[in-house]
Amino acid sequence: MNKFNKILALVFFSTIALSASAQEAEMADTMRANGKIYVVVAIVLVILLGLISYLISIDRKVRNLEKRLPKK
Amino acid sequence: MKKNWWKVLSIVLLIYTVIGGFLFNVPRLTIVNETIRALYFHVPMWFGMVFMFLASTYHAVLYLRKSQTIYDNYSNSFATVGLFLGLLGIVTGMIWANYTWGSPWHGDPKQNGAAIALLVYFAYFILRGSITNNEQKARLSAVYNIFAFTAMVPLIFIIPRMTSSMHPGSGGNPGFNMYDLDSKMRMVFYPAVIGWSLMGRWVATVLIRIQIVKEKIEDLEDEQVQ
Repeated sequence: MNKFNKILALVFFSTIALSASAQEAEMADTMRANGKIYVVVAIVLVILLGLISYLISIDRKVRNLEKRLPKK
Repeated sequence: MKKNWWKVLSIVLLIYTVIGGFLFNVPRLTIVNETIRALYFHVPMWFGMVFMFLASTYHAVLYLRKSQTIYDNYSNSFATVGLFLGLLGIVTGMIWANYTWGSPWHGDPKQNGAAIALLVYFAYFILRGSITNNEQKARLSAVYNIFAFTAMVPLIFIIPRMTSSMHPGSGGNPGFNMYDLDSKMRMVFYPAVIGWSLMGRWVATVLIRIQIVKEKIEDLEDEQVQ
């Protein structure tokens, strides 16, 4: 195990330890409220926005091809 | 950007659809439970499909009147997107039916009619693929396109209403009116229909432009050969 991995493991395990001890504190729990439906909304929005940005990039690629062609 | 305002509108409406569709209040009904929200996603597929097929047939008529290749390109692209939306509609309908009707394929008149309508449109693409002469392909497929649209309307909208069907909106079943919160559901449903239809139009215009670029390249290649 090299130095970098050791540091990474230290950070990882200390994060877990900290999060376990801080359970009583007030946290941003909105994303876990209402049966966690907001999580699903976030996931679907990511997929939708991903597909839309893909469509936009295809749109741009076609526009670039159109520009390369001579106008009649 | 100014002429692309409808693309922006489509994105905004679809984001609104997802947020409102999951989070706004819906009627509490037995059996359907939360799946009532599928209305916001399943039904707009069919509305989008019908608008795409309508645009496809409109351009098929224009082709027959003016014999310009561009109209065949429009007709073909809109039919492609329409068929895609229809397939999404039938698959999402099967998932919904599995959990509310008890099985994915219930043999319901609405399901059967929709499946036949899709098969009719599959034949449109088989017809296109089987003719090598471009002018013949455009003319015959334009004529068939008009037939396909006029076959789809009774298959999806008329026959299911005349027989007993479990699908809302057919066989004596109301679409919206059985729900108390129908006007609230409309607040998400209609934006969803507009959003998905504009998205369909967007994809169709990309297909159309790719075909135009392809034809221009082929013209250039022909000039080089000569």
